[in-house]
Amino acid sequence: MRIALFVTCVNDLMFPRTGQAVVRILERLGHRVEFPEAQSCCGQMHANSGYRAEALPLLRGFVDTFAPYDAVVAPSGSCVAMVRESYPRLAAGDAELSAAVAALAPRTYELSELLVDVLGVTDVGAHFPHRVTYHPTCHGLRMLRLGDRPQRLLRTVRGLELVELPGGEECCGFGGTFAMKNADVSAAMLADKCAAIRGTGAGYVAAADNSCLAHIGGGLSRGGGGVSALHYAEILAGLVDGGKTDGAA
Amino acid sequence: MSGTGNIVARLPFPTAARNELADAQLRANLRRATHTIRDKRQRVVAEVSDWEALRVAGAAIKDDVLARLPELLEQFEAAATAAGATVHWARDSAEACAVVTELVRATGSTEVVKVKSMATQEIGLNEALARAGIAAVETDLAELIVQLADDTPSHILVPAIHYNRGQIRDIFARRMPGVDLAALTDEPAALAEAARRHLRAKFLSAKVAISGANFAVAETGTLAVVESEGNGRMCLTLPETLISVVGIEKIVPTFRDLEVFLQLLPRSSTGERMNPYTSLWTGVTPGDGPRTVHIVLVDNGRTDTLADSVGRQALRCIRCSACLNVCPVYERVGGHAYGSVYPGPIGAILSPQLTGAGANRTLPYASTLCGACFDACPVRINIPEVLVHLRQSGVDAERRRPSAERTAMRAMSWVMRDRRRYAAALRAARRGSAPLRLAAGRRGVVRRLPWPLSAWTASRDAPLPPQRTFREWWAARERDNTP
Amino acid sequence: MSARDEILGRIRAARPEGRVAVPREYRTVHAADTDLVGLLVDRLVDYRATVRRCGTDEVAATVAELLAGVPRLAVPPGVPEEWLAAYSGTVVRDGTPRPLTVADLDAPGLAVLTGCAVAVAQTGTLLLDAGPDQGRRLLSLVPDHHLCVVHTGQVVAGVPQALARLADPTRPLTLVSGPSATSDIELNRVEGVHGPRRLDVIVVDR
Repeated sequence: MRIALFVTCVNDLMFPRTGQAVVRILERLGHRVEFPEAQSCCGQMHANSGYRAEALPLLRGFVDTFAPYDAVVAPSGSCVAMVRESYPRLAAGDAELSAAVAALAPRTYELSELLVDVLGVTDVGAHFPHRVTYHPTCHGLRMLRLGDRPQRLLRTVRGLELVELPGGEECCGFGGTFAMKNADVSAAMLADKCAAIRGTGAGYVAAADNSCLAHIGGGLSRGGGGVSALHYAEILAGLVDGGKTDGAA
Repeated sequence: MSGTGNIVARLPFPTAARNELADAQLRANLRRATHTIRDKRQRVVAEVSDWEALRVAGAAIKDDVLARLPELLEQFEAAATAAGATVHWARDSAEACAVVTELVRATGSTEVVKVKSMATQEIGLNEALARAGIAAVETDLAELIVQLADDTPSHILVPAIHYNRGQIRDIFARRMPGVDLAALTDEPAALAEAARRHLRAKFLSAKVAISGANFAVAETGTLAVVESEGNGRMCLTLPETLISVVGIEKIVPTFRDLEVFLQLLPRSSTGERMNPYTSLWTGVTPGDGPRTVHIVLVDNGRTDTLADSVGRQALRCIRCSACLNVCPVYERVGGHAYGSVYPGPIGAILSPQLTGAGANRTLPYASTLCGACFDACPVRINIPEVLVHLRQSGVDAERRRPSAERTAMRAMSWVMRDRRRYAAALRAARRGSAPLRLAAGRRGVVRRLPWPLSAWTASRDAPLPPQRTFREWWAARERDNTP
Repeated sequence: MSARDEILGRIRAARPEGRVAVPREYRTVHAADTDLVGLLVDRLVDYRATVRRCGTDEVAATVAELLAGVPRLAVPPGVPEEWLAAYSGTVVRDGTPRPLTVADLDAPGLAVLTGCAVAVAQTGTLLLDAGPDQGRRLLSLVPDHHLCVVHTGQVVAGVPQALARLADPTRPLTLVSGPSATSDIELNRVEGVHGPRRLDVIVVDR
């Protein structure tokens, strides 16, 4: 099976370690991962802000880049939701593009879907002796219906204590450009999310989307540290703190 | 024709939201109320094993209505007329108010009792009647609270959701004529008792009542009002004249179709298996209820909404307010921030469509697209889809005007569609952040950025790009691995 | 152009093409082994209605028990005499000798006794359709105490079955689910506003 990594633009620049984590997890499971360098951005911000004309070339680029692969994996619930949920709507009216999207979208997976559903793995052999809470981001929860796949993966991590996040299903207030256009409401939502996270007593909050995590992590850091936000892939790969706590078997 | 009335926001949403956010009491009240109703709704929805099938049926019935609306409206008009009602039509809020005012004037009454109705709120009927010297008495408890407080509604189902029991007690104490102060505590039962005493004489003496309708059955000419307190039954049964103001999208084709909506609506709105009272009436029944029945069918922007192939799904709405109750934005800011009688997620897609382009331009952005509203909607209105669609329409309408945002979006799209330009931009971004990295020091985060990124750092630290992008790491690894 | 013609014309120009098929995969029949009467009682009690179950020969005694201390009772024209046999107060019958007025019904100490057309177990709903033992709508509205007699044969599982049972949907219909209530204060349900604050239900086994 040819697996392509769609690292996403945010991760490429800001959170490369998450991409490295995906590569490491899959290689450890014996799979070869390819990184098509022509990839850039799925166009989510453009499309969700109403810039369909600007999003379309990015959609075409995504389809061209990833069409040859059996599976596309991305460590981002919102980018995968963009491909699976919004691409068909954006491509409507262009029969050829619609067909290409229809063929590719079902093969595009969020990491936990690839691991649990396609590869049948819930234990990736990681070790992380910390209390962790999981924030199931909106796109993962309500568009991709990831369910508890990420939590199932985290529960098998040695030493990891997974604690439930009260009100976890509620949005953190990021919402892409919402965080800028409606900064005050976004901040109010963030404050409540951070309070809920702190209330769990966890040292780490994990999620499937680094954009939400940048927002949450920024709020936690501003509020005085103590809790770190990180992508769950980095826990599974043993890549937290640049690999310093990597105790994978 | 564009819709008019109490659906036009006066302030941009972010500005209005900021004002509301400053009210800590308001936020506490909203949080408590929305969380109460969320839990109740979840419980009663979970016990219905065929809930999804009901949602699918509800959405399809409403879509069918939109596809056959002219025929169904004519069928409704004929059936209602045959049953003794008089049907009127109104293009917009001014015309609807004029029709109702004239009908009330013809009775000689200067006071009317009202059943809670979104349509009459939308068209600003109470204000219009007041200008004609007619007092409209709201009889729903929450509407009464809002009317006594000289306030505006902040929720579709519970217009006084922004008040807690203590505040409601104060409003009654100050504004309710003849209230028994000794018996008036802040216990909900005592407050309900005060409203009962206050309104009883009005119900028993009123000559004219005004209502809306939750459903209008084309097949039979029947109207339905779903309520809790019995104020609806009082208004629909005791006065001699009944005037019902009904949006043209309230039609359902057959009486049987009510079997779907009478299951979806109560569980979605008050979180009850069934609301205490539902009244259905068909024209005039001699000896039972009003002798004169009028029905005013109102467009007020609905036909414009119908013309939009994506946006028209908003016309499925049955005004249950489940989307408000689950919305994290609504929970923080309340209904007044939306500037329309239709607040929350449904308001963010309905108000701008009813009023047309221009007004309410900021409402489609009043959402994180978190999708909780779509999940909760009993008629499966894909609110996030419509929000994005309306943002797109707004962007398309402004294509010719210069905008910093458009320039940035275009530039990003141009860079990102080419691998070399994109890789170069990533490198540049990484290098450009080097001075910031120095300033950030050990914590590795930035506490203050210049405008427009200051909107981010006002309440959260910003992360910095690490020394190497992912693609640089990948390229180096490939080089190392190449024998 | 009239508002009517203009609106209809605008809709014709705006509406989508084609018919929409309505999938009705929701439940309209229920397993025969469900204890519908037990479910109805449970739902009614949940609404804080007072419920009594009795046999056909015990209706009069149960009515009298629930109306103990109630001096006057209004009834619609078609309420059977045998329901009233043990009641010791004054019975006023709507229409005999004249229709009862709102003032009659608003008098203190007056209750109303009706039957119903059908009852919905899943939702605890009594459906009144102005039949002879239910009468005009104001009878079950203005008095503060409503006593309703339901026969087990009138109990159906869900809303679809209930609506399908109605003889004539164009008669005035009232669906009653518990005493009057409001959720308008902090979204908590409080019983007792404008409609009857006390709802008693007698479920008659037969």
